[in-house]
Amino acid sequence: MAQPQNTAEQSVDQKTIVSMRNVNKWFGQFHVLRDINLSVDKGERIVVCGPSGSGKSTLIRCLNRLEKHQDGDIFVHGIELNNDVKNIDEIRREVGMVFQHFNLFPHLSILENCMLAPIWVRKTPRAEAEEIAMHFLTRVKIPEQASKYPGQLSGGQQQRVAIARALCMQPQLMLFDEPTSALDPEMIKEVLDTMVELADDGMTMICVTHEMGFARRVADRVIFMDEGQIVEQNEPEAFFNNPKSDRTKLFLSQILGH
Amino acid sequence: MFGRDRSLTSLLNDTFIRGILFQALIAIGLFLSINWLADNTLSNLANQGKTLGFDFLTRTAGFQISPTLGTWMLDYKVGKSTYTDVYLIGIINTFIVALLGILAATVIGFTVGIMRLSDNLVFRWFSSFYVEVVRNVPLLLQLFFWYFAVLRAMPSKREKLELVEGVAGLNITGLYLPAPIVSDGFIYSFLSLIGAIAITFLVRRYALRRQAETGQILPMFWIGLGIIIILPVLVHYLNGSPLDWSLPEFKDTGPKLRQGYQSGAGMVLVPEMLAVWLALSLYTAAFIAEIVRAGILAVNRGQTEAAYALGVRPNVTLRLVVIPQAMRVIIPPLTSQYLNLTKNSSLAVAIAYPELVSVFAGTALNQVGKEVEMIFMMMMVYLTFSLMTAAFMNWFNSRVKLVER
Repeated sequence: MAQPQNTAEQSVDQKTIVSMRNVNKWFGQFHVLRDINLSVDKGERIVVCGPSGSGKSTLIRCLNRLEKHQDGDIFVHGIELNNDVKNIDEIRREVGMVFQHFNLFPHLSILENCMLAPIWVRKTPRAEAEEIAMHFLTRVKIPEQASKYPGQLSGGQQQRVAIARALCMQPQLMLFDEPTSALDPEMIKEVLDTMVELADDGMTMICVTHEMGFARRVADRVIFMDEGQIVEQNEPEAFFNNPKSDRTKLFLSQILGH
Repeated sequence: MFGRDRSLTSLLNDTFIRGILFQALIAIGLFLSINWLADNTLSNLANQGKTLGFDFLTRTAGFQISPTLGTWMLDYKVGKSTYTDVYLIGIINTFIVALLGILAATVIGFTVGIMRLSDNLVFRWFSSFYVEVVRNVPLLLQLFFWYFAVLRAMPSKREKLELVEGVAGLNITGLYLPAPIVSDGFIYSFLSLIGAIAITFLVRRYALRRQAETGQILPMFWIGLGIIIILPVLVHYLNGSPLDWSLPEFKDTGPKLRQGYQSGAGMVLVPEMLAVWLALSLYTAAFIAEIVRAGILAVNRGQTEAAYALGVRPNVTLRLVVIPQAMRVIIPPLTSQYLNLTKNSSLAVAIAYPELVSVFAGTALNQVGKEVEMIFMMMMVYLTFSLMTAAFMNWFNSRVKLVER
């Protein structure tokens, strides 16, 4: 809340992009996040996994205020996430998000989807916004679809547009909320490839996903959550080959078992 | 089918033949019933010694119509004006109350509908209360309420309820307002309004160019509003205000029978019209509010979240993401409400507002007795209004439609 504290926080640790301290959240009576402590460095790639209802989506949705935490402190990019609208706006500008169901704007063309936020939030001149949009659409390998509408694209293409749309704001941090869960198996690969490329370019990423192959390949750290708590976190090698807690072992045996 | 058993039952089971057979049967049935109806009507008319024909339209009408916009526009005079004039007066009065009703119902409906989704508890309660009360009371009863309980309870003809001192007042004979009197120089004020609209377009082009160069977005709505209001007002006053107002005149001295609002000064909205307008717009607004609420709720929560996650502010999100998508859900039922409102205006017959049904199906039909022709003429009017409204709304709908594939 106090402004000087923010700057102090930032100067202490320039490397940290996300820090959560004793964060708690309830949906009514349901305690969905319990004493979450998490710190993410710039450039780090994190995969969050866990059974459904364990609070992993809620965790990353708290990082851009799509959900409001009720207890504890969250700092993103050195800014405290509180009720201050200015802080929320500033954080949302720097944090991109990709959703399970894409959430593209169906009444706007692919290009307009990508230009909306740069024009209205970053106040980018139209021509420049178009240039940025085409740049990122090229990067996700669908520049030729720019004038089409979301309803005309396949699921995998839509998700890649959603990634490009988030990148057009040139965010410091990307959040992925189960980006491949709503896709056909053969489309999963094209989206994961895009995400791997993004990771290789050094983007800071927090991904909620069940794609363990992706986790092994790109993650710097895998976090396992259950019942609103972070049960275990480790480097992928150690996490998959040598899980410590019984809950993690059970989970891994279930998802890797077949 | 070919080369197989082609008995009658197997033919009847063929979907293609079945389709043609049923359509033919329905067409024949329809033709026979229409023929019977027409025949019946003609022979009944012949029995009563009547013929079909529209020559009554040129006959003069011998009854009084209460002074309204229609009578004023056509300069209605008993014994001089024809039944065509009566017909047109009915159309004008129906049209004006429907148009004003649609405008008011849309504004009130959208406001109440959005209020019902607000985080503000008072707004939400008020709009829920409004919707639940108004849409659950019959329209006719509401019409009676506004006419008898509110407007007939106003001060008598010789008294007044002053709304704005010397400018606007209300009594049982109606709402008295100043009437504009146009004099010579007024054309310049009017031209400056057109000029202001043109300038607004130029500024808008500049704003787009400025956005393209610097990225700055001008608040075009407020700038446009400012230009369109300020420029004509300025020209008007610099030009010596070439528009006069005829103020309503109220006398409370002199002979008792001459007291009250004087005719010929100011303008008057008759209480019948006010009651119809209030009842129609408030009643329809309750339904529109629900349509608007449903339309906004029908837009997936993910759309708002996606915009928020990009850093787009809530008001911009509502304007650029939610409302455009809500409109395609809102427009079809909204069209129905507009059509309902227009047709419901015929209930005005109950309080004798001289709209189409009241003057034409009421007084005129009684005197002329050409039921078939006159009902047909009225049906044509409502049909035309409705088709015009529907055509406009369909055009609008096609503009906001989504491209699917």
